Amino acid sequence: MSTTATAHTDHSHDDHSHDVHADVAHTDAAHAGAHKHPSDKNYVVIALVLAALTGLEVLTYFVDFGSAAKPSLLAMMAIKFVIVGAMFMHLKFDSKIFRRFLITGIILAGFCYTGMFLIFNFFGK
Amino acid sequence: MSSAVIETHDDHGAHGHVTNTGQSNEKLAMWVFLGSECLLFGGLISTYLLYRSKTTGNKPKDVFDIPFTSVSSFILLMSSLTMVLALSAFQRRDQRLGRLWLTTTATLGAMFVGGQVYEFRSFYKEGLGFTTSLFSSSFYVLTGFHGVHVTVGVIMLLSLVIMSRRGTLTPDKVETVEIIGLYWHFVDIVWILIFTVVYLIP
Repeated sequence: MSTTATAHTDHSHDDHSHDVHADVAHTDAAHAGAHKHPSDKNYVVIALVLAALTGLEVLTYFVDFGSAAKPSLLAMMAIKFVIVGAMFMHLKFDSKIFRRFLITGIILAGFCYTGMFLIFNFFGK
Repeated sequence: MSSAVIETHDDHGAHGHVTNTGQSNEKLAMWVFLGSECLLFGGLISTYLLYRSKTTGNKPKDVFDIPFTSVSSFILLMSSLTMVLALSAFQRRDQRLGRLWLTTTATLGAMFVGGQVYEFRSFYKEGLGFTTSLFSSSFYVLTGFHGVHVTVGVIMLLSLVIMSRRGTLTPDKVETVEIIGLYWHFVDIVWILIFTVVYLIP
């Protein structure tokens, strides 16, 4: 690899190094922008929100919420999922490409469940 | 142009910050891995949901100890907080505080795994073995796989602590902490799903 790099240097070192440095500057700027993460205090507040949501989830086990229990549990689960992904995993601040990988995985997992559900309940009989 | 960019990255190594996507290849690889992990856990959760009613003897509600599992869930959730605090400390080049938070995260993870072992033991004593029913098999495989992931995470966290103590976790390698943090948060996210779908939804 370094041999090829040397070959570039021999031919048009100035042009290439200019392009590469421009790219480095661009990427570093993007990188710096990508690191505007929450402060430690904000992280603690986020964790408290997550803890409160977990408390509410557990409450549904002890208190009978009737038919509202299942949807509210799923909603709280989704909110916790998004908060951890967006804030702790920095998906809100990082490049969209990372988000796409996770969402693709989740969609494929959804297809996996749908496929299995169909096979077991309709085609398996 | 693009070839020059790729070559420069190769020459610079893992932290050259010059890639054809404009993102770190290591971080991208971790996200690809996490995307594939969604499929693994998606398959396991799907299997559990389809088999949860196929039980003989003990039903899920009879064996689950929700207060105990709630505490475990809380512990794992708080370990995500200590993980981001560790990353934040390393980004500020505060190695000592970073190590403290990493050790705390690993301890919380170990407590979670310990709780899971205790839980499995008590289920087994109540007559819910691995091969007792389709429900028990799918339950143990799902939660067991998650437990293995947490254990691997604890090992990686302790490795980071050792690296930091030896002085090999230099400021230019902070991204390593971030990448392992991503894995840790993913494990936490998976537990958020498992806790609700397996334990709380009747």
